[in-house]
Amino acid sequence: MLTRREMLTATALCLALPAWAASGPSDWDAVLAKARGQTVYWHAWGGDPKINDFIAWVGQQAEARYGVRIEQVKLANTADAVARVLAEKQAGKTDGGAVDLIWINGENFAAMKAAGLLFGPFAESLPNWPLVDTVGKPATVMDFTEPTGGLESPWAMAQLVFEYDSARLPEPPASAAALLDWAKGNPGRLTYPQPPDYLGTTFLKQVLYGVTPDPTVLLKPVDAADYAAVTAPLWAWLDAITPSLWRQGKAYPANEPALGQLLADGEIDLSFAFNPGRASAAIAAGELQDTVRTMVWQGGTIGNASFVAIPFNAAHRAGAMVVANLLLDPEIQAQAQDPDVLGFQTVLSLDALSEADRARFDALKLGVATLPPLALGPVLLEPHASWMTRIAADWTKRYGVAP
Amino acid sequence: MTGLLLDHLRVTKDGTALVNLDLAVAPGEVVTIMGPSGSGKSTALAAILGVLGPEFRLSGRILLDGEDVTPLPTRARRIGLLFQDDILFPHLSVGSNLAFALPSRIRGRSARRQVVETALDQAGLPGYADRDPATLSGGQRARVALMRALLAEPHALLLDEPFSRLDADLRTRIRAFVLDQIRARGLPAILVTHDREDALATGGRILDPLGRAVASPVSAPGSARPSTRQAFDFPSG
Amino acid sequence: MAGPVIAGLAGNVLPLIGTDAIGRLLAWPGLGGAVRLSVVTGVVSTLCAVAISLAIVAALQGGRRFGLLMHALSPLLALPHAAAALGLAFLIAPSGWIVRLLSPWATGWATPPDLLILNDPGGIALTLGLVVKEVPFLLLMLLAALPQADATRRMMLTQSLGYGRVSGWLLAVLPAVWPQLRLPVYAVLGYAMTSVDMGVILGPSLPPPLSVQVAAWMMHPDLSWRGPAAAAALLQLGLVLVVLGIARLAERPLARVGRHWAESGLRRQGLDRIATPLATATALAVVVLVAGGMLGMVLWSVAGLWPFPDALPAPLTLATWTRAAPSLTATATATLAIAILSTGAALALCLGCLEAETRFGLAPGTAAMGLLYLPLIVPQTAFVPGLQVMVLAVGAADTVPAVAAAHLVFVLPYVFLSLAPPWRAWDRRIAVVAAALGASEARTFWHLRLPMLLRPVLTAAAVGMAVSVGQYLPTLLIGGGRITTLTSEAVALASGGNRRIIGAYAVLQMLLPAAGFLLALAVPTLAFRHRRGMRAA
Repeated sequence: MLTRREMLTATALCLALPAWAASGPSDWDAVLAKARGQTVYWHAWGGDPKINDFIAWVGQQAEARYGVRIEQVKLANTADAVARVLAEKQAGKTDGGAVDLIWINGENFAAMKAAGLLFGPFAESLPNWPLVDTVGKPATVMDFTEPTGGLESPWAMAQLVFEYDSARLPEPPASAAALLDWAKGNPGRLTYPQPPDYLGTTFLKQVLYGVTPDPTVLLKPVDAADYAAVTAPLWAWLDAITPSLWRQGKAYPANEPALGQLLADGEIDLSFAFNPGRASAAIAAGELQDTVRTMVWQGGTIGNASFVAIPFNAAHRAGAMVVANLLLDPEIQAQAQDPDVLGFQTVLSLDALSEADRARFDALKLGVATLPPLALGPVLLEPHASWMTRIAADWTKRYGVAP
Repeated sequence: MTGLLLDHLRVTKDGTALVNLDLAVAPGEVVTIMGPSGSGKSTALAAILGVLGPEFRLSGRILLDGEDVTPLPTRARRIGLLFQDDILFPHLSVGSNLAFALPSRIRGRSARRQVVETALDQAGLPGYADRDPATLSGGQRARVALMRALLAEPHALLLDEPFSRLDADLRTRIRAFVLDQIRARGLPAILVTHDREDALATGGRILDPLGRAVASPVSAPGSARPSTRQAFDFPSG
Repeated sequence: MAGPVIAGLAGNVLPLIGTDAIGRLLAWPGLGGAVRLSVVTGVVSTLCAVAISLAIVAALQGGRRFGLLMHALSPLLALPHAAAALGLAFLIAPSGWIVRLLSPWATGWATPPDLLILNDPGGIALTLGLVVKEVPFLLLMLLAALPQADATRRMMLTQSLGYGRVSGWLLAVLPAVWPQLRLPVYAVLGYAMTSVDMGVILGPSLPPPLSVQVAAWMMHPDLSWRGPAAAAALLQLGLVLVVLGIARLAERPLARVGRHWAESGLRRQGLDRIATPLATATALAVVVLVAGGMLGMVLWSVAGLWPFPDALPAPLTLATWTRAAPSLTATATATLAIAILSTGAALALCLGCLEAETRFGLAPGTAAMGLLYLPLIVPQTAFVPGLQVMVLAVGAADTVPAVAAAHLVFVLPYVFLSLAPPWRAWDRRIAVVAAALGASEARTFWHLRLPMLLRPVLTAAAVGMAVSVGQYLPTLLIGGGRITTLTSEAVALASGGNRRIIGAYAVLQMLLPAAGFLLALAVPTLAFRHRRGMRAA
């Protein structure tokens, strides 16, 4: 009988044979040999020192284990790396590119995939791939409903959780309707990052899940649904809540960190993040009041995965694959899930791990503000990426150009 | 042939003649060009020195010791200059100011230093080599400026109102010092001034920029000759 | 320097602009508001900055307070725009330092008030930020221009005729100074209308200023937005050119007003009584706002938890610094290397240009000067990506020299701007004296002109270093991420909004250029300590 690993490898072989016969990690030893001594330029958003520290630590591991150095290229915006690869393609630079590895998901992935800027498929033939929980965590192979097709490899799970200051707000609202009522009674204490910011749009999608009668249409492209009818309850909800928002909706924070800073400054009572462990980590770092707790809505919250992808012209392709594989290593995954480090949820299936590796996860502290895995509730799949674009554009039309 | 010869030197601007000099200055002689402001005195000076602006047109020749220096740049003409303001280089010491002028063929630190100190002695400023020029009095500065001009071993000297900033008492002494040095070294010199007393003190001819003799209340020897080519003998050829 | 701009524009912007791009730009509902914001904040902030700088110089120059003020202001020049904006934001926000200092004892606020101060739709916070950042720059340019205008004697003369300080300055000195000041003012206007980092931090977002929107579209994951972004960048360029044209045309009527005033003989001594305290107060306000913001950032870099309304962070910690330390040496070295290369090249070019001007009378015309300033006026997002494609095609990307060359495009105008006026003001008779002493042009240059102008040359170098250190987009795009500088790191970190780490990097970002300015002050003072004639004016 074939083991799960062999079966997956066989499947991947059948699916991806033409492409990776030439370039994929079929002969892992050869990849390792080639990777030794390479320096992988990993383009990753550099806005969070904790993540930067984690990447540096992974770099030490890669060097010690495989002789691969990691150089993090800290980006203000992942699209900068996409733009770089595009510029290289325009300039006819088909090998020796500057970008070896990109931290990516969602729209950036869809854009690079559509423009043929990615190398692969490679992910599903990585040695650690069989440990990935593709069944329990479908977001590891479905990036905003876009099948990853092995062109990117997951390394962290994210789920939307709400953060609140329990000292000021003992009973936080747990649904879209409850949130609206609470905001009306407490004007000026709630806001969200301005769409098209990623987290801000996710918040809108979360509300949409809560107010639209049939959320299943969200998994299809927006053109396939009656957009106006589906989103009408969302706009009604927003029209009702906007006057009660922070600054009466005349200004919005730019992004997730700006929103978190407002909570830390006491400007708002309720915030949210795409990382169940963020609040605990921030409290541990002395950046947030220790009275902050997290919660999820009844019916669940949106979740997705973070990936790494390799551009078509990456100079250090072998090294990049080694790093992608290393990121799936149970020890690395457990480190990422440690609330004192990142608090990112693992992409691995704990059932697939050895006893010793499972113990690493069991030993993790939860953190003062983090919910235990079971309390996180059901994970709602990201709607099709076209919803995000359309909703963000409509939001801008309705609320984004107020005089 | 020695001396400074202005051979039909004519400068015009927009067709108007500003300078028209046909003049020979013998070694040790000081000729004065005098006139009111705007009369073309400075233009004459600039023409002889070779720093005329592009708006001027020059014809004629300037000969120094028989050599035509008209096509040469200022630095190669060997014509020294003393300005109305002494213009000592403010970032250099007194000694360095003098050493700047000293020809490079005098080699070696101590040899150069020796020449500089001797020059300072001559100027009555012994031991002043390391002084900051800004700490000198007006008279001292004027003497340093003269010595600097002389150390460059010029073959002629131009004086651009060099005494006008000095008070009356100092002026007489500095003027005498400068004229003594010129005569002692046998330099042909041209003094540009609007000051009658300075002009008379030179004991030489006084012309306006267009070459006309300036009438003088005191009949100074050798003055007021309209055509000056014959002022002194020079061998033909 | 126009070459790279035009090539960048041609290489990037033009191919992207199809009818579709223009259509999508016009269909963007925020277009009207964004254009209005860019123009209004740009023009108003420039007018205010010019008025304040003129008032400060007219009312205070020559006094003891003026010297103190200039000492306080000059380090502010070194502050990168983003750091200044973040500091100011922390100062004036409803949960910011000023409110914290007054709460709760004076205001009664236990939680921050819900007041729209930052990111206000009118762009007042953005205008304020631009004003406080540009006043030190304009003051420096003004001071460099004053000696040529013979300001001291003109002031003595007008005051002996019974004119007030301010009116005398405006009537007799300003007309002589303005030709020197015109291009710096245009550079300020161009920057104010196209700034991205300040617009993001202080400006409104509903809609944002046009420049911010251009940058957002350029960075949009959906690559098709680059078309509208390119079209918007061209629109922005057009706006800047129109506003500059109007500014040029407005000079004539303004000069006529001045002439009428001068002919009327009105002494307006009373103006001094208003202007002097007002100028002192605004100057102080500029210093307090920028320095206060900076101090706030320094505190954040060592802060543990610092909740509202605490005036000071309770636990102080070096955690932020120790975390940043390992990568610091390499980053600082790269930053310095690029700054030295680009500034060195800019100095060499400017000195060569000015020396040619002195020797052969080859003064650049207005058109040439306009081209030199093109990189300051054309939005960076419009042509830097095109430059990137060009550099990649040549195969020179990702190297320190390539990044330094890209920086040179922006460093050169500023170096020329600060070097040319004192260079041209140098006493030409010194060159004549030297030539009469037999010195060659080269000897005059190396032994007289250069050492005598050491102070302005070093100041120009310090300005150039500060500009190089502050570059973000060219570093990122031309360096391909392989070359990181303090600013490319700082902006990446700033996108995370973490005030602690932003504070640490803002301090570092300022430290390098500040060291440059310090050297520019100290070296000539030390070298000429025994030369009274070489003291700073």
